Amino acid sequence: MKVSATPETMLLPEQDSGTARDAIGLGVAAGEGLNARHGTILTLEDINVSFDGFKALTNLTLYIGVGELRCIIGPNGAGKTTMMDVITGKTRPDNGVAYFGETYDLTEMSEYEIAQAGIGRKFQKPTVFEALSVFENLELAQKTGKSVWASLRAKLSGEQKDRIDEVLATIRLDGSRHRPAGLLSHGQKQFLEIGMLLVQDPHLLLLDEPVAGMTDAETEFTAELFRSLAGKHSLMVVEHDMGFVGSIADHVTVLHQGQVLAEGSLEDVQRDERVIEVYLGR
Amino acid sequence: MNQPLTLTAAQKAGPALTSLALGVVLAILVAMPLLHLLPADNTFHVSAYTLTLVGKILCYAIVALALDLVWGYAGLLSLGHGLFFALGGYAMGMYLSRQAAGDGLPAFMSFLAWTELPWYWYGTSSFLWALCLVVLAPGLLAFVFGFFAFRSRIKGVYFSIMTQALTFAGMLLFFRNETGFGGNNGFTGFTRILGFEITAPATRAALFLATVALLAGSLLLGWRLARSKFGRVLTAVRDAENRLMFCGYDPRGYKLFIWTLSAVLCGLAGALYVPQVGIINPSEMAPTQSIEAAVWVALGGRGTLIGPLLGAGIVNGMKSWFTVAFPEYWLFFLGALFIVVTLFLPRGVVGLLKNKGEA
Repeated sequence: MKVSATPETMLLPEQDSGTARDAIGLGVAAGEGLNARHGTILTLEDINVSFDGFKALTNLTLYIGVGELRCIIGPNGAGKTTMMDVITGKTRPDNGVAYFGETYDLTEMSEYEIAQAGIGRKFQKPTVFEALSVFENLELAQKTGKSVWASLRAKLSGEQKDRIDEVLATIRLDGSRHRPAGLLSHGQKQFLEIGMLLVQDPHLLLLDEPVAGMTDAETEFTAELFRSLAGKHSLMVVEHDMGFVGSIADHVTVLHQGQVLAEGSLEDVQRDERVIEVYLGR
Repeated sequence: MNQPLTLTAAQKAGPALTSLALGVVLAILVAMPLLHLLPADNTFHVSAYTLTLVGKILCYAIVALALDLVWGYAGLLSLGHGLFFALGGYAMGMYLSRQAAGDGLPAFMSFLAWTELPWYWYGTSSFLWALCLVVLAPGLLAFVFGFFAFRSRIKGVYFSIMTQALTFAGMLLFFRNETGFGGNNGFTGFTRILGFEITAPATRAALFLATVALLAGSLLLGWRLARSKFGRVLTAVRDAENRLMFCGYDPRGYKLFIWTLSAVLCGLAGALYVPQVGIINPSEMAPTQSIEAAVWVALGGRGTLIGPLLGAGIVNGMKSWFTVAFPEYWLFFLGALFIVVTLFLPRGVVGLLKNKGEA
């Protein structure tokens, strides 16, 4: 049954932050087809992942609210990428609960099913389809039928073209639409990949170091873009650039050795003794 | 400063030139079988030898095109396409053997003192059923193999090795007399096809024209696929399969579709090869045959549709000249050709032609 999120049942940021589910739902409907009536779009509880005895994630518990923009920080090897792998179905947790909305059990779904359900992911290293043009990259990523049969018969509708044009304008690649994506600069590829997430129209965006290799102006523009996306979408951003984190995040989670070390606003987190010890103070 | 202008000019001239060249080649290919029908003393007469040779090369060109669809577009290097080709050929060979044997058993079965046909020979005296087998045998094998291979996410060199092992296993199986396909001699001594004498000029001409039609059809199909969104998804499978999965595509279905289609095209090519050449035996399944097909594609230029056709034509044309002129040096020459292409022509002959056009 599809139950859309209703404001009454949602957690309110001012009243409910820090309660049982420490996620800040902004009272925005998660959108069609996704049941997020408790205001939580992503639920991770007691996730454990180990590779050959090395514990990458230990009892990780984390909630992301609908419409929230969450930043994840932490030193190298803290388990940030592994956590994204668990959410997107690339890595199966040894145990623990991973839910998208109220109904999608992420531990049971394959990568493409999770993507179709509405989780988009940007890789750490920009990954685009290099042989295809910028426009074609967006065409493939666009939310539409993705079966073999659908692709054999696919023809872009005017509406879909408009949507791609709109995103091209948003990511400022309008002038390069017919260039092969392999010829773009590093920063442009980052934007193209972000654009590919946008046309996918996901409920939750996972962004792994989105501003790596960007110029200051590009970073600033990205911050602005993400702030405008929050509310309509939920975002989880893994980033090392503290300036960038400070400019976008309302809520920061610090990971350390596969566990949540601290959570709160950037100022709170930066004052936390343990955080200073393991990460910021270095 | 002039370069962008010449560039666009070359690009505009490109498609026109290509279609002109294609048209000329097609006209020649259609004219050849008609000229074969002329009396032997006519100056324009095309000999049966030439017609058979070109017909054989055209069948190989279809294999090259089919291999390019999976390797050039989807990035799956198959070193076992000879198996699908041979299976199509054997299916046609079964029908031709039955035609040659009339009401009796095919000759090799009489040698083995068999008294009745094995069950899988049932219905092979019907041309229509033989055509079904031509499609079904390679198609089903490719589907089942692909289903398990892609489900287990086998790719890259492991996939290539498995396809190579598959064709080798097929060859060993067909070498056995007990398998019921004529052992190492295979099938030969065909006499009639659909009631027509197989060596008659008109039959040869018809078979040749059918091959040209299949090649043109495959090319058109490949062109349509490559220009569709399906073709772009295949390129994406080749270049960034992970990214594609996170875009919500299940690559397995795409790979399985193109893989099976490619195998069926090879089977059809094999079915046209056998009546023209007059023999099918397990050596068609030898690993080297499949590797040679990969050389055709690489030489011509993978990921283009015309490239593999050029590659198959150039290598096989040279082969038939070399093996007559300098028989002992052919393999050295083939090896050298492959090294030269790998080192200097990463995009194959087509890449070379494109660069010339743009310079």
